[in-house]
Amino acid sequence: MRYYVQRVFQAIITFVGGLFLTYCLYRLMPGGPVQAIVADIVSRRVRQGRPVDAQEIGAQAERMTGINPEHGILEGFYEYVFNIVVYQDFGRSIGFADPVFDVLFRAMPWSLFISGYGLILGFTATVLIGTLMAWNEGTKTDSGLTVFVLTMNSIPYYVGAIFMLVVLGFEWGVLPTGGRYPQSAEPGFNPEFMIGVAKHGAMPILSTFIIGFAGGSLGMRANTVRIMGSDYLRSARLRGLSTNRILTRYLARNAILPIYTGLVIGISGVFSSGVITEQIFQYPGVGWYMFEGLQLQDYPLIMGGFVFFAGLTVIAILIADLTYGLIDPRAGDAASRESF
Amino acid sequence: MTDDDMQPDGGATKEEIFGTGESVERARTPPAERLKRMYDIYVRTPFLVGWSDWRTRIGGLGILFYILMGTIGVLIVPEYQVNEGPNYLSPFEDFSIITGTDYIGRSIGKQVVHGTPAMLKMALAGVVFAVGLGVVVGLIAGYKGGVVDRALMTMADVFIVLPGLPLIIVIVSIFPVRDPFLVGAILAIPRWSGLARQLRSQVLTLREEDYVEAARAMGLGTPTIITQEIMPKLAPFILISASGAATGVIVAAVALYFLGILPFSNDNWGVMMNFARRRGNAIANPGHAGHWMFLPLLALSGMTFALTLFSQGLDRVFNPQLRARHSKTITDDETGGEP
Repeated sequence: MRYYVQRVFQAIITFVGGLFLTYCLYRLMPGGPVQAIVADIVSRRVRQGRPVDAQEIGAQAERMTGINPEHGILEGFYEYVFNIVVYQDFGRSIGFADPVFDVLFRAMPWSLFISGYGLILGFTATVLIGTLMAWNEGTKTDSGLTVFVLTMNSIPYYVGAIFMLVVLGFEWGVLPTGGRYPQSAEPGFNPEFMIGVAKHGAMPILSTFIIGFAGGSLGMRANTVRIMGSDYLRSARLRGLSTNRILTRYLARNAILPIYTGLVIGISGVFSSGVITEQIFQYPGVGWYMFEGLQLQDYPLIMGGFVFFAGLTVIAILIADLTYGLIDPRAGDAASRESF
Repeated sequence: MTDDDMQPDGGATKEEIFGTGESVERARTPPAERLKRMYDIYVRTPFLVGWSDWRTRIGGLGILFYILMGTIGVLIVPEYQVNEGPNYLSPFEDFSIITGTDYIGRSIGKQVVHGTPAMLKMALAGVVFAVGLGVVVGLIAGYKGGVVDRALMTMADVFIVLPGLPLIIVIVSIFPVRDPFLVGAILAIPRWSGLARQLRSQVLTLREEDYVEAARAMGLGTPTIITQEIMPKLAPFILISASGAATGVIVAAVALYFLGILPFSNDNWGVMMNFARRRGNAIANPGHAGHWMFLPLLALSGMTFALTLFSQGLDRVFNPQLRARHSKTITDDETGGEP
């Protein structure tokens, strides 16, 4: 129990720590958002030959960034977090003229849809291919798959995305090249909408799948090979246990352990590379909005997207941490080390 | 045993009486011999073992090719110019401009070559920053333990939680960086924390080893133990991570330039792809301007492929049994009698 409380506590601390760091960055940097916006407005006005009123511009910049320059950093941060926690108020998006929370909340399920499916597919492929390679160790299947996985891993993921977009989307016209579902479809439980969602999501999911594709399968192979030679597996075989039981209970369960941690690290990677995938496929998820926010200098939206990604990563890592004890009962005795 | 039994109050440390043993060894070996041995252990043997593995060989040659392209290649290949040929010339049509041209008739191939130095600078800065910080934090946290460990790891955890690309987007939106070295360093920010954690967990097992305990009992200081006893054991892992960091930084940089998140300042492959997409409409119309986007993409894929192959092969370079077979100075006794 203590372990769980400690983990949750730790997750909250790291999350707030991360937010604070970003907030400081946001406030402190020389030429931070407020100055940048002021400079931008001034230069635009000078070009247009309109009068420059310092006070009015200052007020406008404050509205655009959601930062009250009179408050100190700690006070401002407290206010920012307080508004988020109590009112779910992330400020107001400048570019979309809506509260940031609403904009992101609408986009969130779509991002989860893409990244979640891609991640699950990728993880399954990792385990399957890794075990397959180990089972056929030293054969042509093994070396062929090794070369294939190596090649897939070494090519940047968006190369695949761009190729898919060019070939499937534009040359052959098989799959749509942007959007989340067809314009004509009525969102709801009807075949046109559901097929449309699947078609629009296919390419982003496939390219997310390629990121995680068998990324850990070489590690999985090494683990499996190592465990296959161990004594307890031989004794299990001598005891006459069925191959199935040996595979699932004795082999896979132990070989997955190191991969499981890889999955945790992978989660944050997949979500943050969603920014690029969504932009390439013009798929309006959280990453896409964050990118648009950058183009429009929409600082509240950028910060909101950032909080979203950080929160998602914290929760994912927390879940993995809490469930790690279930698959590896030895975990959690780190406190017994002495310090030098 | 020795004097230690007679001085339970610890009047003098063992180190003061006997030295660490290392100085004695140094005094006996002439410098030329030592240099030869260093060369054999650190240069010749790794090279030979690396050469014997096809992955390191191909990966290493690939990396060398890109380095040459970014240094000597820039001097040999003349700077690209407007109107070298007709606009949007397809590749393999005119053999004086085999790679084709862009929207104002500049050779694509020359642009790729002249974009290489910026890529190399970004990779270098990324490696130095990510690996340097990761090694310092990871080794100190793992070895010291206790409060230091907890403080450093909390810091690393905060950075692990911050999602990589969004963090970069926030930073870049706040202050636009143009210098390739700075870009590389910023892109490496999300990378050091993972490395620090991995290194720490490796140090946790090493710190309990007998030889480390012996060094501690001799009274050697923490910096000495970390740099001389622990770090060499982890060198392979650090080198492999460096290769990984370089790959990650390059991939992220090209993606961010391609999408126009980083402000344009120098020629690099991402900027080329961005122009191909925006101006040449390369994605929707690949027959027209596709070559403009795919050549830099090919160059990038080749670079990451070489780096990945190289790091995969390095695993073998540092395998001690394989190493000993190629070395002249390590005798059979030291390898446990293996032929």
